[in-house]
Amino acid sequence: MFEPTRLLQTLTDALSLGSLYALIAIGYTMVYGVLRLINFAHGEIFMIAMYIVFYGISLFTLPWYITFTVTILFTALLGTLAERLAYRPLRSAPRISILVSAIGVSYFLQNLATVIFGGRPLNFPQIPLFTDVLVIGDVYIQRLSLIVPVVTAVLLLLLLMLIKHTRTGMAMRAVSRDYDAASLMGIDLNQTIAITFFIGSALAGFGAIMWGMKYTRISPTIGAMPGIKCFIAAVLGGIGNTAGAVLGGLMIGFIEIVIVALFPSLSGYRDAFAFIVLIVVLLVKPTGLLGEKTTEKV
Amino acid sequence: MKLEIKNLHVSYGGIRALKGISLTVEEGQIVTLIGANGAGKSTTLRAISGLQKVQSGSILYGGEELTTLPAKEIVRRGIIHVPEGRRVFPDMTVAENLKIGAFLRRDADGIAKDMKYVYSLFPRLEERSWQMAGTLSGGEQQMLAVGRALMSRPKVLMMDEPSLGLAPLIVKDIFSIIRRVNEDGITVLLIEQNANAALRIANFGYVLETGTISLTGTGEALLKDESVREAYLGKKRK
Repeated sequence: MFEPTRLLQTLTDALSLGSLYALIAIGYTMVYGVLRLINFAHGEIFMIAMYIVFYGISLFTLPWYITFTVTILFTALLGTLAERLAYRPLRSAPRISILVSAIGVSYFLQNLATVIFGGRPLNFPQIPLFTDVLVIGDVYIQRLSLIVPVVTAVLLLLLLMLIKHTRTGMAMRAVSRDYDAASLMGIDLNQTIAITFFIGSALAGFGAIMWGMKYTRISPTIGAMPGIKCFIAAVLGGIGNTAGAVLGGLMIGFIEIVIVALFPSLSGYRDAFAFIVLIVVLLVKPTGLLGEKTTEKV
Repeated sequence: MKLEIKNLHVSYGGIRALKGISLTVEEGQIVTLIGANGAGKSTTLRAISGLQKVQSGSILYGGEELTTLPAKEIVRRGIIHVPEGRRVFPDMTVAENLKIGAFLRRDADGIAKDMKYVYSLFPRLEERSWQMAGTLSGGEQQMLAVGRALMSRPKVLMMDEPSLGLAPLIVKDIFSIIRRVNEDGITVLLIEQNANAALRIANFGYVLETGTISLTGTGEALLKDESVREAYLGKKRK
């Protein structure tokens, strides 16, 4: 039904969008793992990262590699700061308080961005090294569409290795399972939770850079829709499960792109597909695709 | 070093769980806390290990105040709490559970050596070292919880209901292990609903009743005490 070139184009698009979703979804799932919190501010942290790139490259004309490094570090610190100021003081409060706090941080950052950066959309800087188009036979592929899945795969591999084979990863797994038992091993809860936010937010920083180059326009509300979709991706895969977040992200990316490619008339509804998939999957498997039943923490 | 609790008060959720208890655990001893459900036994251990905030009173270890220290620092001083219900990490392997017990240690050689020691105490754990801890039987999980605690080279081992829900044969094993680690020089503070078995191996016992200590004595003396026999050992007065 597709000519091979168009098929290839669609698949690379789907893969790169799916990878970006996966990268952001991991942030939700990691934080949920250690705090049982849906970090609604995650999408806004992603948005702020894009503005930092904009300022670094378009305004201060810094080289891309310096801008990217600064962006990722700043984003990671911003996420960690949100935890320190808005979530940690509420850790022993009822779950709903910390959730409301997360929504508050989300709106605060959105409005802060509007005040500082202005509400009008800006053009994200294009970096030829990444944004040039490659021509392979009849296929036109933006380099980025190949870079995104590769970068994502490398980051995921590093993350999995960290979680599986390092002391920090062990602490993160222990904390996400049982606060008391982890404390009794001598694990520092505050430090472990802070590290989790740092890593999750850094991944959002990576995602933001690639998202910006791919979709080119940025505004203070740009984080909202990817944020909610990646939250859906995390729930779809089974929240708390890293591999599940990746699977969920890829699925939502593929479904979105492939449905629009098959039925171009539906492209106006593309944002709705994620929600439909979520509802269907949760009806069949309430814990998500790779999720397991976990007992509530006391 | 001596572990000493002085006039300890703890309350949470509006309930006064401990109303000024005092007790002493001398180095090298086995001391047991017995009492009914809700008497405050677990709260005492949670307060010592830093999981539970204390209202007033003090917990001294070798003269150092523990109540102001975070849990991590208490672990670092060698006071290790094996919580009720074992609380092993179900989605980690047996070997990983043991490794995490040595979380604060950096001496890879010593850790490897202690791992062999734990496996020699519990050969079952070695056979199952690659199995997820969640797939172990209750008795094996209790062995793992004790093994995990030993991996930190404890000076004081606090155990909360180690025999709960286990088959009688396994209970016997657990108690012989408690004696063995004590002979190896580890001080033991033991909570048990099986008061009979606990008092038999204990140098000293405390009876807790609704947040206060109602009776103290050597294990032997408490075993013979009429009120203890009636309330906790299930023996009718003649």
